[in-house]
Amino acid sequence: MSASTCSLCAFLKSSIGRKIIVALTGLALVLFLAGHLSGNLLIFAGQEAFDEYAEFLHTFLHGMGVWIARIGLLACFVIHIWFTILLTRENKAARPKYAHEATVQAPKSSRLMIWSGLTILAFVIFHILHFTVRTDCELATLGAESPWKMVILGFQNPLVVIFYLIAMTCLCSHLGHGVASIFQTLGLRSKKTAGPIKFISNAYALVIYLGFISIPLAILLFGFGQGK
Amino acid sequence: MPLLNLTLKVWRQENATSEGRIETYEAKEIPTSASFLEMIDIVNERLIKDGEEPIHFDHDCREGICGMCSMTINGVPHSKERGITTCQLHMRKFSDGETIWIEPFRANAFPVVKDLVTDRSSFDRIIGAGGYISVRTGSAPDAHAIQIPKADADAAFDAAACIGCGACVAACKNASAMLFVSAKASHLNHLPQGQAEKDQRVLGMVRQMDEEGFGNCTNQFECEAVCPKEISAEHIAKLNRDYLAASARDSVS
Ligand code: HEM
Ligand code: SF4
Ligand code: FES
Repeated sequence: MSASTCSLCAFLKSSIGRKIIVALTGLALVLFLAGHLSGNLLIFAGQEAFDEYAEFLHTFLHGMGVWIARIGLLACFVIHIWFTILLTRENKAARPKYAHEATVQAPKSSRLMIWSGLTILAFVIFHILHFTVRTDCELATLGAESPWKMVILGFQNPLVVIFYLIAMTCLCSHLGHGVASIFQTLGLRSKKTAGPIKFISNAYALVIYLGFISIPLAILLFGFGQGK
Repeated sequence: MPLLNLTLKVWRQENATSEGRIETYEAKEIPTSASFLEMIDIVNERLIKDGEEPIHFDHDCREGICGMCSMTINGVPHSKERGITTCQLHMRKFSDGETIWIEPFRANAFPVVKDLVTDRSSFDRIIGAGGYISVRTGSAPDAHAIQIPKADADAAFDAAACIGCGACVAACKNASAMLFVSAKASHLNHLPQGQAEKDQRVLGMVRQMDEEGFGNCTNQFECEAVCPKEISAEHIAKLNRDYLAASARDSVS
């Protein structure tokens, strides 16, 4: 084995190396979410704008674009999950319990990362079957005709919307701690930057939360898109 | 002088291999001016008089500089009071009739020796893996022989304040040693004398930290909150940065 692959092995075996991988894959997913949300909000611009956007995604680079993005995202997702589960298991094993446990300042969101993460995982699987693979025949037929109509119909199911809300709440919590963590893990947090980092992290989590839940709520509660 | 009557829930453990358990003791007529360790001394004198085994605990300087007085008080290492060690904690911080839970620092890398006494030699092995500077130890050099920017000197000095007590590990939900390791690495990495061995130091200390079975940092900063020397988690960010750079340089050299 050459020296360089050995350094990489050591890096991937070390606690800091693994955390850096988690932070980088987390960052990629965070950037994806911003793009995904901007695109989704086009739903409020009307059927034509949204369907055109969907069409663009599927024809970009002769249809290769969407697959490059999917493979990249899947890789980040799998690597992120693999290492976070590994780290979480090690962490649980490293610390025997106190008879009297106490927490001084760690926020709830930071202590629930594995649970918010696993809920997101369950949601992502459902979400892809729902709107990408389209296992529901009615949605599949509609989706081929107009993705906009598919989303409007998809969110008329209260159970879907409830699961969506739970998952987005978990995502918001995950991001509230996660985004700030990226800076610390990559070594960018200092006394000077700590305040702004906390603000950016919370603001980002909130924007993602409100943005994503606005769509199902508009459809289910306010009947958006159902007049036509 | 006001006296306190307290109930203690104390972790008793015969030796490293035996099962431990919580035992209840009454601490009677404790002066508010006593330190926490003196309170245990008073309880122990009664236990000895009654022919019972006294509560074993570590201590040495009793003035907040040696880092020996490791114990967790109501779930928080060195108690919930900020910036002090257990020996600097006074009984006036407690109120009459209170129940106090006293346990050893808990981490797999700090095995219990007896009662509240833990073996923290894993810290020594981490220092041995790079927490030093290899220099000729002759007479002291002139103070102005090597110029150090004020900001670096201050940062190094803040990090050097770490007394190696292990409270950061005991408070961490993952028993991570990152605050300790980062303080020790940051102290030397901020100084010109530490530059020659910087990469070697960072890689070596982190490797030893992982081998000792400490957990991984999840950026919750419980460590920073309990550290008696108020070491900043900023040093952990620096360690992460230095580790990334050292690994990158190591892979090409
Ligand atoms: C859209 C999906 C996701 C995004 C945007 C995301 C983002 C992040 C970010 C930014 C971090 C902080 C990294 C750091 O410590 O520097 C993180 C940590 C974490 N993620 Fe995710 N994540 C996602 C999905 C998941 C999933 C599906 C899991 C399931 C296992 C998960 C589990 C965790 C855990 C346990 C941590 C804490 C790791 C640690 O601090 O040691 N995440 N995530
Ligand atoms: S960093 Fe603070 S809590 Fe940790 S060993 Fe040093 S002095 Fe103790
Ligand atoms: S006994 Fe030395 S620091 Fe407490």
